[in-house]
Amino acid sequence: MKINNIQNEIVEEFDIFDTWMDKYEYLIELGKSVPKISEENKKEENIIKGCQSKVWLHAEKENGLIKFYADSDAIITKGIISLLIRTFSNQKPSDIIDSSMEFIDRIGLRQHLSPNRANGLNNMIKKIKFYAIAYSKTN
Amino acid sequence: MEILKNIESIRNDFPILNTKVNGNQLVYFDNAATSQTPNCVIESISDYYKNLNSNIHRGVHKLSQLATEKYEQSRKKFKEHLNASSTSEIIFTSGTTHSINLISNGFIKFLKKNDEIIVSQLEHHSNIVPWQMLCEKTGAIMKVIPMNEKGELDLSKFSSLLSNKTKVVFVNHVSNALGTVNPIKTIIDKSHQAGAAVLIDGAQAAPHFEIDVRKLDVDFYVCSAHKLCGPTGVGILYGKKEWLEKLPPYQGGGEMIDQVSFEKSTYADLPNKFEAGTPNISGVIASGIALDYINKLGLTNIKEYEDYLLDYATSKLKEIDGIKIFGESKTKVSVISFNIGKVHPYDIGSVIDNLGIAVRTGHHCAQPIMDYFDIPGTIRISFSFYNTIDEINILIEALKRASKMLS
Repeated sequence: MKINNIQNEIVEEFDIFDTWMDKYEYLIELGKSVPKISEENKKEENIIKGCQSKVWLHAEKENGLIKFYADSDAIITKGIISLLIRTFSNQKPSDIIDSSMEFIDRIGLRQHLSPNRANGLNNMIKKIKFYAIAYSKTN
Repeated sequence: MEILKNIESIRNDFPILNTKVNGNQLVYFDNAATSQTPNCVIESISDYYKNLNSNIHRGVHKLSQLATEKYEQSRKKFKEHLNASSTSEIIFTSGTTHSINLISNGFIKFLKKNDEIIVSQLEHHSNIVPWQMLCEKTGAIMKVIPMNEKGELDLSKFSSLLSNKTKVVFVNHVSNALGTVNPIKTIIDKSHQAGAAVLIDGAQAAPHFEIDVRKLDVDFYVCSAHKLCGPTGVGILYGKKEWLEKLPPYQGGGEMIDQVSFEKSTYADLPNKFEAGTPNISGVIASGIALDYINKLGLTNIKEYEDYLLDYATSKLKEIDGIKIFGESKTKVSVISFNIGKVHPYDIGSVIDNLGIAVRTGHHCAQPIMDYFDIPGTIRISFSFYNTIDEINILIEALKRASKMLS
């Protein structure tokens, strides 16, 4: 599925919930289902700076598509990570580079994030794009 | 209990307490970071800009004279409040961090290679990093007073760290992360016996009890107005006159000079020597009003009421499954740091923020304490005299709900 279609799907899912407590519950559920990142990839250089909770992000390229793996010690952060992985994993580097990040604002998540977490999220998105740029130059 | 009797009218003095957050009534439990501001302080700032705004000290005109008078009145209020010997021992800065940097920077003059300085494990980063920078510049060595699992300092270890090499000791009066009240009188006396100067960071103590700098015989005592119901951007630095006279000025500029020529400038007398440039005039005046407000309530009454909130909250928190409280010193102020099970403090903070409850999560700028307990951080709640038992009950219910969602 294309990145924008996935983002639309996420927005529709979050529209179902009336309150932010329900949305948080959904994020927590999503957080619990994030595939585990291997211990060897939980290394210092994969840590995203600027998060109050620890976040690791690692990417690999398979058959022309980028696969993202990530983890965090905070479950709500993991929920947000799962949405990022769902959006950007298994996509072509060029599609990731050309995409715009919309669902965070459209579901109203950004205004619920503390400045610290918003900063961490921006750094995660930057790193995703960074991986896409780096992998766009490899076969 | 005086405060309890008047709690409704006290709360009415703080307009922000009526704020709604995500449709819920705000419950503000982040007082150790910044206390809220009563109407009289807000009005003082507004009054300053409506009726007094001008630059102080050198103006010949009426407004400048009036503003100067009010500014200096604030200095007198803090002098009396801290029981300093004279107003020249009270310096206004931009906050506790600024005050500590002012002093640590001045100590470059007094330190040489292999001199020692002593800090405690309970310090805020603001009382560690400026001194580390000083060590880098001078080659002095930093030693650390360790703490025990209750969050209390090990005084016997402190005694063994002291020697004739020790030049300055800096400890907080109250730990911001755990709420521990440190035995500063003993620390000051022992340090003096070894010939060392002492700086006490009183940022977390000043809102909770009275401080008598002369009885303590402390060399420097620093605190911030924004934790004392005053505005942000004002720090109060007390220094013994003989120390302040010896310390070089921190910043050059207007107000701090006596004579200026391109060959040499001479500095103004205390306290102006340390107040270069236009100070935060409205803030300093409003800080004096905030101090009046607190003193009208009475710090003894405030402490009594805050202890009542602390005891109630501590016993209620202990009923929550998996709770672990960090910092269980017998002497502590109304600050509680805790975690619930293995849930990340940030997750709890996010969920209860959504319910309108303001707490602080993370390392509280005190990473050495978190390293000691081997945790990424804690949830910290801190009470002020305008908080209530009802608010604590709301918090407990919210924590139970958050814990259920997150476990």
